[in-house]
Amino acid sequence: MADFSLEVKDEGDVVVIETNGYLNNVGGEKISQACYEKMENGKILFLLDLENSKVVNSIGVSILIEIIEKLQDVDGRLGYYNLAPIVEKTFNIMGLTKYSTVFSSKSEALEGMS
Amino acid sequence: MSDKSPPKVELTIPIIPDMELAATKTAEVVAKHMDLDDEKSAEISMALIEATINAFEHSDSAEGNVQIHFVIQGELLVIKVTDRGKGFDKSQVKIPTIEEKITSDHKRGWGLQLIQELMDTVEFESTKEGTTVTMTKKK
Repeated sequence: MADFSLEVKDEGDVVVIETNGYLNNVGGEKISQACYEKMENGKILFLLDLENSKVVNSIGVSILIEIIEKLQDVDGRLGYYNLAPIVEKTFNIMGLTKYSTVFSSKSEALEGMS
Repeated sequence: MSDKSPPKVELTIPIIPDMELAATKTAEVVAKHMDLDDEKSAEISMALIEATINAFEHSDSAEGNVQIHFVIQGELLVIKVTDRGKGFDKSQVKIPTIEEKITSDHKRGWGLQLIQELMDTVEFESTKEGTTVTMTKKK
């Protein structure tokens, strides 16, 4: 199995999740678990740093759609930065960019989420 | 005119989670050999991941593996992904939209859409004896 790990950090009101590895079903589930735990504690703003997840599949990305749906219920938001071009293209094809935001850098992302 | 057949790479991968990444490693080598740019190489790898996991998930293949053929026809790369599973009816596959998926319990089902968007041409041949997805990318 491909290794997948993540690091979760609070940066003010925003939860930043740095991922590492193949974003497949396993990776997607780990991200959603981390988000839902934080949502239980009142967090509603999430940023994914995907610099070290340059390979994804549609099953993993589908789990991000689930997170977006849950965040809509609490007026929350999901954003991303450091995307590989093919990952951004995949997000565009699947329509994630209609309901979440791709930022060009961490600083722009933190500013855009606040 | 040369009788030499076009360069071909044949790969058999077992239906084991994440083994689709073995196919992408081969695709990267083939793309490099063809001097394809990074964007096209990444699109090929992504489409190949989707075609392979579709075969893994939906074929119910007793054979337990998937065959992948890469054929370099001059400026054209032809990739065939074949399983010996139960086949499927493409006309029954609904084109997904984010508007429908975001409220649906079933968020998956994006593979064919991604393959069609990322490759230049895609053809499906499916019978009760199996499915072959043929994808091409021009240099």
